[in-house]
Amino acid sequence: MEQVYWNPTMETMPREQLRALQNERLRDVVRRVYEHVPFYRNKMQQLGITPNDIHGVEELHLLPFTEKQDLRNNYPFGLFAVPQSEIVRIHASSGTTGKPSVAGYTSGDVDRWAELMARAMYCANVGKSDIVQVAYGYGLFTGGLGAHYGAERVGASVIPMSGGNTVRQLMLMEDFGSTALCCTPSYALNLADAMEREGITLDRIRLKSGIFGAEPWTEDMRRRIEEKMGIDALNVYGLSEVMGPGVAMECMAKNGMHIWEDHFLPEVIGPDGKSLPYGEQGDLTFTTLTKHGMPLIRYRTHDLCTLTDEPCPCGRTHVRMGRVMGRTDDMLIIRGVNVFPSQIEHALLQVPGIEPHYHIVVDRVGTLDTIEVQVELSPSVMSDTVRDLETLERKIVNSLASHALIHASVKLCQPGTLPRSEGKAVRVTDRRHLQ
Amino acid sequence: MYVKQISVFIENTPGRLAHFTKLLGDNNIDLVSLSVADTTHFGILRGIVADYEKAVKLISENGYTVKLTDVLAVSVPDHPGGLAEVLETLSGHDIVVEYLYSFVRNAGDHALIIFRVDKLDEAEKVLTEAGVRLLSQDEVRGL
Ligand SMILES: [Zn+2]
Repeated sequence: MEQVYWNPTMETMPREQLRALQNERLRDVVRRVYEHVPFYRNKMQQLGITPNDIHGVEELHLLPFTEKQDLRNNYPFGLFAVPQSEIVRIHASSGTTGKPSVAGYTSGDVDRWAELMARAMYCANVGKSDIVQVAYGYGLFTGGLGAHYGAERVGASVIPMSGGNTVRQLMLMEDFGSTALCCTPSYALNLADAMEREGITLDRIRLKSGIFGAEPWTEDMRRRIEEKMGIDALNVYGLSEVMGPGVAMECMAKNGMHIWEDHFLPEVIGPDGKSLPYGEQGDLTFTTLTKHGMPLIRYRTHDLCTLTDEPCPCGRTHVRMGRVMGRTDDMLIIRGVNVFPSQIEHALLQVPGIEPHYHIVVDRVGTLDTIEVQVELSPSVMSDTVRDLETLERKIVNSLASHALIHASVKLCQPGTLPRSEGKAVRVTDRRHLQ
Repeated sequence: MYVKQISVFIENTPGRLAHFTKLLGDNNIDLVSLSVADTTHFGILRGIVADYEKAVKLISENGYTVKLTDVLAVSVPDHPGGLAEVLETLSGHDIVVEYLYSFVRNAGDHALIIFRVDKLDEAEKVLTEAGVRLLSQDEVRGL
């Protein structure tokens, strides 16, 4: 591919210039929400501020946060900043409880989203001559359509597969010669496992890039997917409230995801509600600068990560976010110890032959928290003797104790039996809340 | 002369074993020999089928973890002490029997027994030298 960047002017803009653009766009979005969204006008009035107080990013800390609960309270269209007639698309998140959170897009929003996913495609060396297999779910979930529009924007040939039907995915991947795959990392791993099972060797497929997101994953998992599929596996980030996939995208340096700062203003917030300097871990928070349908001010994602503005070898100037280390609201506190599913995943992957298909069940027996880690049994570690499988269980228990510092019981499970929703692995069931 | 045994991981939840055996039945796969080893958490179903390639494909496509293991199909004289003689031959050569189980049907005056041993080549050699008959994969296909 000749061109490295989809939008060189924006992607490599010097940071001072980028800051000036952000200042201008922040003033604009604050004015829009103040004028058109009663929720924000009320909040700002309570804080005693008006749009005139916000000159730029320096004053960002004066603005109120937006929580997911605020989206629920204004369900379904209460946070839209344009008349409904201007909305051309509605997406909704997969709320596990109660009502989903809704996002509305104007035609301009849809256009900008495609532009940002196009940048993401170029980050993964995916362009006009590529064949992109989109195995994210299409529908209310933003994954499918988000990747689809981006791939079309760069002129690639798009296969709108949607999720599921693994055997058919592999057949078309081979027959059509897909060169890029967009899906969740856990589904990519499922496909890689199925390739092994079906005896599809790497010389039969043309895949070179994977754009994986919508759930947290680890470096171990990246290595596995890359080895099994013979590709570069890159991390894409997004959430439907803020836009969908393409809020941030990793480049080939594979060292963090560039947040497209001409459209989103990121902050990392500490436990005291103050914005943290680059390098410190906290709650990732976004202000959307260019969204018209449903702009959000300082939206708390509750994804834990760090930001860095150190120069990237790829030449893009936009800050990078590290891997999401967990969610502040997904963090498990087990017998007083903080445990993130990603730590458990890391511990599992230290056991040879174990695949990162797992499910964590936390329960309370009497006053004591118990944790069971259910692990799918892959063919490579299957044995005909009970002794071997019990040894394997013990190895996993020991690895969890030494790498994640938790004392868990381990249960081996049949492949494909652990819960999944929209192709995303469901990692935790916390039965303590149900009692 | 080995035969291929299939070993399938079955979770210890109600109905799983029934579901699995129905899957084989619906696809006309007959288990000519079968044993289940279980713990409180899981079971391992081991068995011999006529067409193991077809069985493995079907089983893994339906989401079960399956493994193939080489075992000996031994034709043991069906009289008191017949099995003991075979076991003595093996233990006399320091060959450990991990497990054994018998076929559903007999072959005339001989019982057919599956032996899973630690030293497969050696077991085959000493049993053959002791005049014990081992069945081939083709013979198993014909059962
Ligand atoms: Zn970069």
